[in-house]
Amino acid sequence: MSLDLVYLDHAATTPMRPEAVQAMLPFLTEVFANPSGSHRFARQARQCIDEARDVVADVIGCKPGEVIFTGCGTESDNSAITGIIRRRGGVAVCSAAEHHAVLNCVEHAGGRVVAVDSNGAIDLRALEAVLDAEVSSVSVMAVNNEIGTVTDLVAVSRLVRKLAPRAVLHTDAVQAVCWIDLRTLWPLVDTMALSAHKFGGPKGVGILIVREGITFEPTVLGGGQERDRRSGTHNVGGIVATAEALRLTDLAREDEVQRINVLRTELIAGISRIEGAQRTVSSEVSVPGIVHFCLQGIESESLLYLLDEAMVCASAASACASGAMEPSHVLAAMGVSSELTAGALRLSMGHTTTQSDVTRAISAITDATDRIRSVQNRRSL
Amino acid sequence: MKVLVAMSGGVDSSVAAALLLEQGHEVVGVTMRLWGGESDTGCCSVSDVDDARRVAQQIGIDHLVFNFTEDFQRAVVDPYINDHAIGITPNPCIECNRHLKFDRLHERALVLGFDAVATGHHARVVYEDDVYRLVRGHDMAKDQSYVVHMLDQQQLSRTLFPVGEMTKTVVREHAARLNMRTASKPDSQDVCFITTAKDNDGRSGRVSFIGRRIPLNEAVVVDETGVELGSVESVELVTLGQRRGVAGGGGTKRFVVDIDVPGRRVVVGPENLLLTDFELVSGVVWSDQPHTGMARVQCSAHGEPRSAILSLDESGRTVVAWTEPQRRISPGQSAVFYDAEDRYVLGGGLVVRSAVSMTTH
Repeated sequence: MSLDLVYLDHAATTPMRPEAVQAMLPFLTEVFANPSGSHRFARQARQCIDEARDVVADVIGCKPGEVIFTGCGTESDNSAITGIIRRRGGVAVCSAAEHHAVLNCVEHAGGRVVAVDSNGAIDLRALEAVLDAEVSSVSVMAVNNEIGTVTDLVAVSRLVRKLAPRAVLHTDAVQAVCWIDLRTLWPLVDTMALSAHKFGGPKGVGILIVREGITFEPTVLGGGQERDRRSGTHNVGGIVATAEALRLTDLAREDEVQRINVLRTELIAGISRIEGAQRTVSSEVSVPGIVHFCLQGIESESLLYLLDEAMVCASAASACASGAMEPSHVLAAMGVSSELTAGALRLSMGHTTTQSDVTRAISAITDATDRIRSVQNRRSL
Repeated sequence: MKVLVAMSGGVDSSVAAALLLEQGHEVVGVTMRLWGGESDTGCCSVSDVDDARRVAQQIGIDHLVFNFTEDFQRAVVDPYINDHAIGITPNPCIECNRHLKFDRLHERALVLGFDAVATGHHARVVYEDDVYRLVRGHDMAKDQSYVVHMLDQQQLSRTLFPVGEMTKTVVREHAARLNMRTASKPDSQDVCFITTAKDNDGRSGRVSFIGRRIPLNEAVVVDETGVELGSVESVELVTLGQRRGVAGGGGTKRFVVDIDVPGRRVVVGPENLLLTDFELVSGVVWSDQPHTGMARVQCSAHGEPRSAILSLDESGRTVVAWTEPQRRISPGQSAVFYDAEDRYVLGGGLVVRSAVSMTTH
């Protein structure tokens, strides 16, 4: 990455931690064995995976046997939801602001999608209304990937246990890892999905935590790796790097939360000075790393292009297969007007974000909106 | 100049981008995502975006994707459907050019600091006698000035058609020279948001697309004297001059000569009943100044231009008085006026249903 680049798109993906890269390298060269083999070389690789699994279990506060390595966060969500529905039948439930990795599974299974409040958090009364004995899977994200809203999983868990005692409670915790101690979340849920590249690990590794005793129909069939829960040859280097990134993220979390909180305050103050800028959710309900604004009268596509020209990487919402930006389903579910949604801007910070990134981003966003408005004003004269 | 090139993923716009770059311009490619629904043809499907992006990467320019699906739905698809419901036959490609490529995209380019927008159309913009003229493409067989006729002076001053100066063969030679993956890609032919595949009921893509959005009504087919000859399944899909599916028996060639959508009635008759001395054209955009007098008038994408005298009626519509009787044009189609030498566009607009629907000859 160029030194000149201001990278404020950590919610999309994070730069790998150098220690994770180092941890991965031997497996791209000399330690290439398939860990499912029976020779000593295989056993060496096997041990590396076992150790990685222990590290992950320690950070989550779960048992090592509850950790399943998958190919990505999306696969983890799919396995947890589709796998449970296929095994148990019944009805799937999720919030309307879930990532598509969850939402599409629930919709595909003909499930129930629950409204969210104006912060994008699941509406507990609406959730209460759809929970019954038929419900076998409930998915509520720990942190929203677009706006950063934190879910009250304590309240969700209480409701689910009471009203849908049969249900497996799943949380997509992909965006939580850098900001929330996972040990506080794990006791509340039955399954949890993580994605390595969102916390300084490599792309192509996901984690699914499944509480002991809960079985699901695997979505990838084959050689029976991961105790028959996820077949396919292990991505040994990726898994080892993931564990290292997760360990370091966990260690640094407390300090990082404080550090990024300071940057967030400054970023918000800077963007708020721009005419028509509206904060989507307040700092009280969101993680420090994700700052979301809607800029009235500004089109995200134009803004992002001008930011890109100014070497600032930001984002609006999720992109479709063609690479075009899609209008945000999260903002729509929150009831944000389509006029405001058109000007969505997500700035997401992480372990490499610096004070200078924030200063430069504020100035670039201010310049870009000024320029867009001046052209628009000239056009409308 | 800083130029934004609309890249559809086809060979013409691929070469347009490459040529502008070779000419020393600062070039950025953009593919407009226009249609979110199912489609296997035309521009802007995901595979076409892939082609455009790969070409951009290959020649070393940035490539963007703009999502204009809402604008496209509002400005092109909805009117296309609504027009069919009232018996009007629109040309969605022209409306896409009018509202998306040369309005929405131009506006976006202006905001982003581009000096011009380029496309792969076969047409030319020539600055002469203190005006910008939209001149027919060098390759007459591929000329697309008809579909971009709505450009006014302001738009023409900011528009580039880099392949308008060359034949399609030369365009393909350039693409081959540059080893572009789009070099031998066939030309797009159909309406981009309508699939060519038949649906489960065996209906064509167009019938299926419209039939899922508006009710299609059966109509009685009569001859010019009112004698009932049969029926058609969907009066909304019948077009003026059509022969297939409505002709009835007998040895004489019969054409659709009148369509009454609310009355669910289609009149067929001999060709002479299709002929008219004039057409009325509304919503005309003039390239420069309004023009009256002799002109050549073209009424379909690759139709033969015919001589006519243009005048304005009291409500500002353009009256096209043919020098020889011509077949009537379906309401909703574009009539494009060229200078008497048939070299450049004067203006163009939409044919409206004339008050006298049947002029006999």
